[in-house]
Amino acid sequence: MVEKKQLSVSAIENGTVIDHIPAQNLFKVISILGLDKFDNLITFGTNMESHRFGKKAIIKIADKFFEREEINRIALAAPLAKLNIIKNYAVVEKQVVEVPDSITGIVKCVNPKCITNVEAVKTKFQVIDKKNVSLKCHYCEKITDQEHMVYL
Amino acid sequence: MKNKSLVAINELSKEEIIKILDLAEEFEKNPVQNIMNKNVVATLFFEPSTRTRLSFESAVNRLGGKIIGFSEAANTSVSKGESLKDTILTVANYSDLIVMRHPIEGSARYASEVSPVPIINAGDGANQHPTQTLLDLYSIRKTQGTLQNLNIFLVGDLKYGRTVHSLLMAMSRFGASFTFVAPKELQMPNEYKMYLNELGLKYTEQTDLNENLEQADIIYMTRVQRERFSDPLEYEKVKNVYVLRNKMLANTKPNMRVLHPLPRVNEIHTDVDENPKAYYFPQAMNGVYTRMAIMAIILGLK
Repeated sequence: MVEKKQLSVSAIENGTVIDHIPAQNLFKVISILGLDKFDNLITFGTNMESHRFGKKAIIKIADKFFEREEINRIALAAPLAKLNIIKNYAVVEKQVVEVPDSITGIVKCVNPKCITNVEAVKTKFQVIDKKNVSLKCHYCEKITDQEHMVYL
Repeated sequence: MKNKSLVAINELSKEEIIKILDLAEEFEKNPVQNIMNKNVVATLFFEPSTRTRLSFESAVNRLGGKIIGFSEAANTSVSKGESLKDTILTVANYSDLIVMRHPIEGSARYASEVSPVPIINAGDGANQHPTQTLLDLYSIRKTQGTLQNLNIFLVGDLKYGRTVHSLLMAMSRFGASFTFVAPKELQMPNEYKMYLNELGLKYTEQTDLNENLEQADIIYMTRVQRERFSDPLEYEKVKNVYVLRNKMLANTKPNMRVLHPLPRVNEIHTDVDENPKAYYFPQAMNGVYTRMAIMAIILGLK
């Protein structure tokens, strides 16, 4: 009985479950997706045991389905995340987040002397390391790594 | 390369580099050619660089072209807050080719994306300065007769030096070996050493300029700048170590030449100037021929 009750609290009728977020990046993902400004019902859990990560986090967002562009945004903070699309309490689709070969917008270039930080120029990067997420600026050619990533 | 911008040296194929050097050689033999007489070239120098600007303007003049432009941003619309994009779009109406120097990194790439006319990058901050590299290659080929399998000594600030990084990348395509001579604080960054490892090219590192000079085909000197050191004492320790003196060249190879991108401060003593192995002033002259070739090719005149 108890177990069933717990399930009914966390299950969502329609929406998206984002799983396999590295626990330390949970709040980064929340901020990238702008979830802190959502009116939807959102539940999240963090520091859950995961044999892949050590500690993982999970977010459930009711009545929200993400565009590919939005999913790409979290690829930088949660490259191995999985999205479960829920309709009528059932998983109807699974989406994996993939780190793309190039990234336009989303993050700032780390170099203060880069043209993208001086004029209204959209940032553009080549992804040179997909595992640790390291970006080479198309304009100034400097490297922005995970640690120095600032989201736009 | 016709009608294409030149932003970075690594965009040029080996064949394109050789084509530029061959044409520069032709211009050196016959420098007065009135082939650019229907063209207007804009030289937009958002920060002063007298040498580079005069070299480009000399090249245009020798080929009969017209020049418009400015040598610093202070008295232009830029000081009123005009964006780079607007400046480029406006000047593109007045000219067939824009030569641009700008303190902001990536500005040349961006300008080339918005401009309807080709852009030649004459230096974007600490990022790229491809015409400097091409004139270095021209000087090396001219003095050595080849670009293949040479032993290049790079001396001075190898950590921040844009010139030495571009030269390393370009020369590595011709199977060069390198000796890096720098103080501990200013050594060649790992990414370049890894790049040479991948290509299977040899390099050695030393902190003493006096060692192994007899092995060099080219000694490429750069300035060790005071502002690069967090500890002023460290600068005081090394500042006189990286000064090339004439007596140090005694046992060098007959074909060896000393290059420097200029301006020189004190890293090459003036007693080297009289040595026939000093090549930095002819190197600057080569910049004119090389820039003639680059512009003639981009404008489709050759």
